[in-house]
Amino acid sequence: MPARVGVLSLQGDFREHLKTLAALGADGIEVRTPAQLEGVDALIIPGGESTTIGKLAERFGLMGPLRHRIEAGMPVYGTCAGMILLAREVTDGEQPLLGALDVVVERNAFGRQNESFEEELAIDGLDEPFRAVFIRAPWVAKVGEGVEVLAAVDDHPVLVRQGHILASAFHPELTGDHRLHQMLLDWLVD
Amino acid sequence: MEKGTSRVKRGLAEMLKGGVIMDVVTAEQAKIAEEAGAVAVMALERVPSDIRKMGGVARMADPTKIEEIQAAVSIPVMAKCRIGHFLEARVLEALNVDYIDESEVLTPADNEHHIDKWSFTTPFVCGARNLGEALRRIGEGAAMIRTKGEAGTGNVVEAVTHMRTVTNEIRKLSQLGPEQLMSSARDLGAPFDLVREVHETGRLPVVNFAAGGIATPADAALMMALGVDGVFVGSGIFKSSDPPGYARAIVEATTFWADPEVVAKVSRGLGEAMPGLEIDKIPANEKLAERGW
Repeated sequence: MPARVGVLSLQGDFREHLKTLAALGADGIEVRTPAQLEGVDALIIPGGESTTIGKLAERFGLMGPLRHRIEAGMPVYGTCAGMILLAREVTDGEQPLLGALDVVVERNAFGRQNESFEEELAIDGLDEPFRAVFIRAPWVAKVGEGVEVLAAVDDHPVLVRQGHILASAFHPELTGDHRLHQMLLDWLVD
Repeated sequence: MEKGTSRVKRGLAEMLKGGVIMDVVTAEQAKIAEEAGAVAVMALERVPSDIRKMGGVARMADPTKIEEIQAAVSIPVMAKCRIGHFLEARVLEALNVDYIDESEVLTPADNEHHIDKWSFTTPFVCGARNLGEALRRIGEGAAMIRTKGEAGTGNVVEAVTHMRTVTNEIRKLSQLGPEQLMSSARDLGAPFDLVREVHETGRLPVVNFAAGGIATPADAALMMALGVDGVFVGSGIFKSSDPPGYARAIVEATTFWADPEVVAKVSRGLGEAMPGLEIDKIPANEKLAERGW
């Protein structure tokens, strides 16, 4: 049976993640309600506006169930806004966070849209570089114990792993490189 | 490190999908919009309904105002320049706005040419009433499209008409044989490569939002159901009787557009929507959507 992978679909580029999952032969499922979350084996939190996604998740009763599932070991991958939502803390301002990943994230750390960029990124554990697209991207300002840094730009961590939680400041779903999504699917088999 | 690539410009629009972009004229309004869950704000001197009332030449907003709004929120800040006014656009780029809207809501500065948007690092969004107009703008470098409604009217009918037109034209194009694409490009007045791309993919090459006339949560849900990627709301929020309430309800209806129970729930007890205008009561020379070509 194909893996059932939820994509949090409150706002953002969830369609691109669903397409990536389909290309990998997984069963991608849109998640907007706690009931939909119950039926999935793993979850992707997409790119988008982290404040918007967080507020909607809070208003529609998803924050508790999300925290509960992640604590219980559900594999999860967050891209950009997803990385922010997974974090314990952001450097600036107040917004709803899941607090599952022991990092402090700086939002829009590279700057505004004019500073958005793409580049070839070396990633620990991958042989070939990864075309990484950074859009008003965050970086990790502080890494907690048990958090592995898999890639960095100018010494700022942009891909981190803590157990079954993966988070990137960039957007693999925009490039057609499926290797990080595959990593999440591989955890489901292990 | 490559900046300002098509992927990076179009990519920001991808991140705004499923969201609501709100017109704001002060830092305080921008905060209300962010608090309600807006994915971005459009910094303006006046909302479209006031531009309509006041008449005269409508221009780019004062840089001070744009900077105040940028300082007030963490979400992307967009701003409008006049059609063809590439110097206003350069000013907005220098101000580091996240998206430039080359907008028919302001008074056009060039009767013949739109801006060459490829030469900017900052991405552009442009309005369109049909597929040909959308592809001409993309051909000039627009990284995002918004179907033009009639801004400042609180009347969604024009947004619906133009979205349906774009959808129908894409459907027709998908059905054509390869030998028919060049004459279709001629009829649409659109670049051949983009016509071929739409023929192959069955969709616009960039994100497409609805704009103009969206005044209620149900209006936003309607546009999402018609296939847009998200919505711009102009006068609909800050000309309503309860801006924070309307802002929040329209955000929620945009996410849950497919669930009428949620749209019903968020629509309850909102109070008066902005006052509306009948389209055929507007003199032809005051119709904003017809600006641009």
